[in-house]
Amino acid sequence: MTSIKQARYQSANVSRRNFLIGSVGASVMMAFAPSALAATATAQQSLADKVFSPTIWFEIDATGKVLINIAKAEMGQHVGTALARIIADELGADWEQMEIRHVDTDPKWGYMITGGSWSIFTSYKPLSQAGAAGRMALIEAGAELAGVEASDCDTEGGCVVTPKGRLQFSEIVQKGHFNRNFSQEEMAKLPLKSKSAHKLIGKDFKALDIPAKTNGSAKYGIDVEIDGMIYARPILPPTRYRSKVVSVNDSGAKSLPGYLGFEILEDPSDTLQGWVSVLARDYPTAIKAADVISVNYQAGSRADINEQQILSEGERQVNETSEGVLFVDEGNVDRAKQDASNHLSAIYRTNTALHFALEPMNTTAELKQGIWHIHAGNQWQSLTLPVLAKALQVDEDRIVMHQYYLGGGFGRRLYGDYMIPAALTAKQTGKPVKLIFTRADDSRFDQVRSPSVSGFEASLNDNALTGLNTAHSSGWPTLDMAPGFMPESLDKKGKFDPFSASGADHWYSMPNHRARVINNTLAQETFLPGWLRSVGQGWIVWGLESFIDEIAHKTGRDPIEFRLSMLDGKGKQAGKAPESVGGALRLKNTLDVLKQRIGYGNKLPINEGVGVAVTAGQERTMPAWIATAAHVHVNRQTGKITVKKITMVVDAGLIVHPDGALAQLEGSAFWGVSLALNEFTEFEKGQVKDVNLNSYLPLRMNEIPELDIHFVESEEVPTGLGEPGVIGIGPAIGNAVYQAVGVRLRDLPMKAQHVLNGLTAEVTS
Amino acid sequence: MIEFRLNGKLVKTAASKDTPLLWIIRDEFKLKGTKFGCGIAMCGACTVHVDGNAIRSCSYPLELAQGAEITTIEGLNNTHPMQKAWVEEQVPQCGYCQSGQIMQAATLLSYNPNPSDEDIVNHMSSNLCRCMAYKRIHKAVKRAANDNAVAVYDPAGHQDSLEA
Repeated sequence: MTSIKQARYQSANVSRRNFLIGSVGASVMMAFAPSALAATATAQQSLADKVFSPTIWFEIDATGKVLINIAKAEMGQHVGTALARIIADELGADWEQMEIRHVDTDPKWGYMITGGSWSIFTSYKPLSQAGAAGRMALIEAGAELAGVEASDCDTEGGCVVTPKGRLQFSEIVQKGHFNRNFSQEEMAKLPLKSKSAHKLIGKDFKALDIPAKTNGSAKYGIDVEIDGMIYARPILPPTRYRSKVVSVNDSGAKSLPGYLGFEILEDPSDTLQGWVSVLARDYPTAIKAADVISVNYQAGSRADINEQQILSEGERQVNETSEGVLFVDEGNVDRAKQDASNHLSAIYRTNTALHFALEPMNTTAELKQGIWHIHAGNQWQSLTLPVLAKALQVDEDRIVMHQYYLGGGFGRRLYGDYMIPAALTAKQTGKPVKLIFTRADDSRFDQVRSPSVSGFEASLNDNALTGLNTAHSSGWPTLDMAPGFMPESLDKKGKFDPFSASGADHWYSMPNHRARVINNTLAQETFLPGWLRSVGQGWIVWGLESFIDEIAHKTGRDPIEFRLSMLDGKGKQAGKAPESVGGALRLKNTLDVLKQRIGYGNKLPINEGVGVAVTAGQERTMPAWIATAAHVHVNRQTGKITVKKITMVVDAGLIVHPDGALAQLEGSAFWGVSLALNEFTEFEKGQVKDVNLNSYLPLRMNEIPELDIHFVESEEVPTGLGEPGVIGIGPAIGNAVYQAVGVRLRDLPMKAQHVLNGLTAEVTS
Repeated sequence: MIEFRLNGKLVKTAASKDTPLLWIIRDEFKLKGTKFGCGIAMCGACTVHVDGNAIRSCSYPLELAQGAEITTIEGLNNTHPMQKAWVEEQVPQCGYCQSGQIMQAATLLSYNPNPSDEDIVNHMSSNLCRCMAYKRIHKAVKRAANDNAVAVYDPAGHQDSLEA
C-alpha cells in the first residue's frame, strides 16, 4: 500500500524541511519551510520576505493571540479545534487566546486533502514538534528578558515561567527578538510532552466551531453571495457518461418572471457530458424553469442498466477465478482446499447507498480580474483544482478555491465535480453564478457507494479452519478519480483501488489466505463510484465478519472465542511501530474488554440476540482497533429487526479531543445502523431510483439504539476515527439476528423480507 | 406586495406569492441561517416559526406569510435556552441541520415544558441530522427543559408564553 503512504506523506508535507521562527512586524511567525530554501537566509528574513512558500504556519501577535492556519476542511469533526489543541499544548499557550482560520487554496499550504480519517494521524507529530519549537523560542527570549537561564524556565497558560516570575507571551513578542531556524534533526530531538504532562490534549473542552453552528452564523458554501450573481440549476442527462444534448425546448419557461435562459455546457474536462444549465434571477425560478424545460438527448450507452445487472455481473466475476487481481496471498489456499475434508462458501451483497449530505451540492463561481474564484466547501482541493483548470482552460494559478464549512462531507465533497457546472455556466454567461443542485439533482449526481458482491470460501479440516479464499467486486472510486493512488497487485496483473480492497487484509492469523479484488466494469460505466464513509471496509467487512461467524457456527465454536483464538498477533499480525504497534493483540484486547462489558453469555429474552464484529479501519497502516456488539430483537411475524443497543470498545491510540472522538463514534454507530437497515437505493434505467426523503430513509431519532462507547487508555500514535466506527455495525447486527432467530442474512441492507424468507426456509427445510 | 414581521421587523416583498418562504428569507432578506435541505418538507433544515409554530419554509408559500410574525434562528439572538443547551451538549457536527433542529425543539418547550424522553423523540423525529448527532440533540432538549428556562422568545420584546 505504498501509494496511500505516499499520499499521506504528501498530505502531511513531511518532505525535508526546517522550522523557522522570526519576528515579522509586530508578531512572531512560525512556519515549516523547505530545508534547501531555509538555508539561504536567516529565519527572520525568509519569513519577512516570504521568499518561499511556508507549508504550515501560525503566529503570535503583540496581544498574545495565537492564530493557527488550518488547511483541513471542517465538516463536523471539529478538526481545527483538535489541531489547534495539539500546538497549544506543546506551546504552553492559553487556550482562550487561540484562534483558527480555515484557508483558501494556495500552493503554500501544500497538498490539501481532508479524508481517509487521516487528519489527526498525519498532523499529530509535525504539529507537536512545531508547538515544542515555539515553546523553546519563547523560553529563550523570555529568559533573556528576565536575565535568567533558559533551562530554569518553562511555559504555562500563555506565559513563560521564570525563577523571577511570569512573563506573558504578549510581552515577549513585543520586546523579544526572534530569529530561529530548527533543522529537521533538531525538530526530531525536541522533547515532546508525555501524556501525563498534557494540559489540553485528552481533556474535555468545547469545540471552537460549535457556537456559530447554533445561531445561524456559520457560513457554508450555499450561503455565499456575490454582487451581480445570477442563479442556476442544472438539468442532468439520462446517463453519467456520453449523453449528448440534441435540442432544448424552453417555451414553457419563457413566461416565468425572472427566467434568464439556459446554457448547454461545453466541458473540455469531460466531467459533464450532456448538461444544461438553467438560469434565473432567483433560485426558486431556476427550479421551476428546469422542471418545465424539455431536453432531447442522445443518451449514453448505459441508459438501461439496473441494479440486478450490476450485481449479477459482480457475482459472475467473483465466481470466475481468472477475474481481478490479488490483494492478499498468504500460504497456499489451493493446497488447503485440496486437503480439506469440508468446505463452506457464501456470497454477500450490498446495494447502492447515497451520501445524502444535507447541504445539497452547490458552488458559486466568478471571474474577477483574470482570476477565477470558486466558492464551495471541499475536502480535496488538490484533486479538484487540476480538473477545474482543464474545464475552464486556464492555468491552475488562475484559480482560487475558497473554503467554507461543509454541510456534510462523508466523502462526497472529496472530488469537487459539482464545481464544474457552476464554473462553466459562469464562463459561458460571463456573469458570476451560484449553481445549486436540488435534492433530487444531488442524489442523481451522487458518487454513490457502489453495489458490491463478495465471495467467501473456507476450507475446513477436522473442524479447523485451514484456508480462506475471498473475492470482492465493486465499482472503484479511485480508478476514475485518483488513479495515481492505485498500487500494483501482488500478481502483477494490474493496479487496483486500495480503498475498495481495504478490510480484506484482516488481522486474523490464517496460514492460507487469499483475497482477490475485481473492478465491476458495468458499475464503472454506469456511474461514478464514490468514497462513501468507510469505503470498501463498509462492504468487504460486512461479508467477512459475517462469514467468520458462519465458520464458527459450522465448526461448533463460540464466535467470540473463535475470533480471539485467531487474534494472536504473530507474524505479519504483530503490527509495526509506530502506527500499528501491538498489532492484532490490541484488537484482541478490545474484544476481551467488550466481552466483559456486554456480560457475554447472559441469557436473553426470546427472539433477541447479541452479535459481534472486530474491525481495524481505515487501513492496515492506520488501524483504529474496534470491537462492536449489537443487541437486537427480531419480530418473527413482520421480520422487523430492532437494534436495542450498540456497544463499542475502541483503541485509537492517544485521543486528542475525547468529546469530539466520542461524537464521531456516536455518529458512526448510527450511520452503521442506518446503512445496515434503512438506507439503500437501486439503479433503474441507469439512474438511482430514490432521490429524496420520501423513499430514501436515513435513520431518525425514533430509531436510534442505546449506545455504550468505551475508549481503551493508550499513549500510542493517534489514529483516525471519522470512518472506522461505521464498519463493524452491519456485521454485528447480522450476527445478532442469527443468534436471535437462526437466520443468516447476506444482503445489505438487511430487510424484513430477508428475515421472513429465512424463517420460511427454516420451517420448510 | 406581501408584508410580514421578520424577527420583529416589518418587511415587504414583491416576490410572486407562490415562492417558498425559504428563498425570501435567505436570498431577499439575507438571513442565511435557515437552510435548504430536501425541498419537500421532510428534513426540517428550513424550519422557522410562523406565529409561534414550527413550519417548513421550503414548502410554505409566501402568501401564507401575509401579516404573520416570523422568527428565524437569527431571531433567537443567541439568547434562547435551547442554543445554550446545544453548546453545553456539544451537539453540532457539520451543523447544517442545527438551525432547523433548534427551531423545531424550541416549539416543544413552548407547549410542553416538561417533555418526557418519548415526547422529545416524537417531536424531533421529523428533523433529519445527517451526521446523526441524535443522541446529543435529545440530551440538549432534555437539558433545556430541565433548566426550566422556558419562555417563548418574542423578538418584539414582549415575552408571552404560548397557550399549551
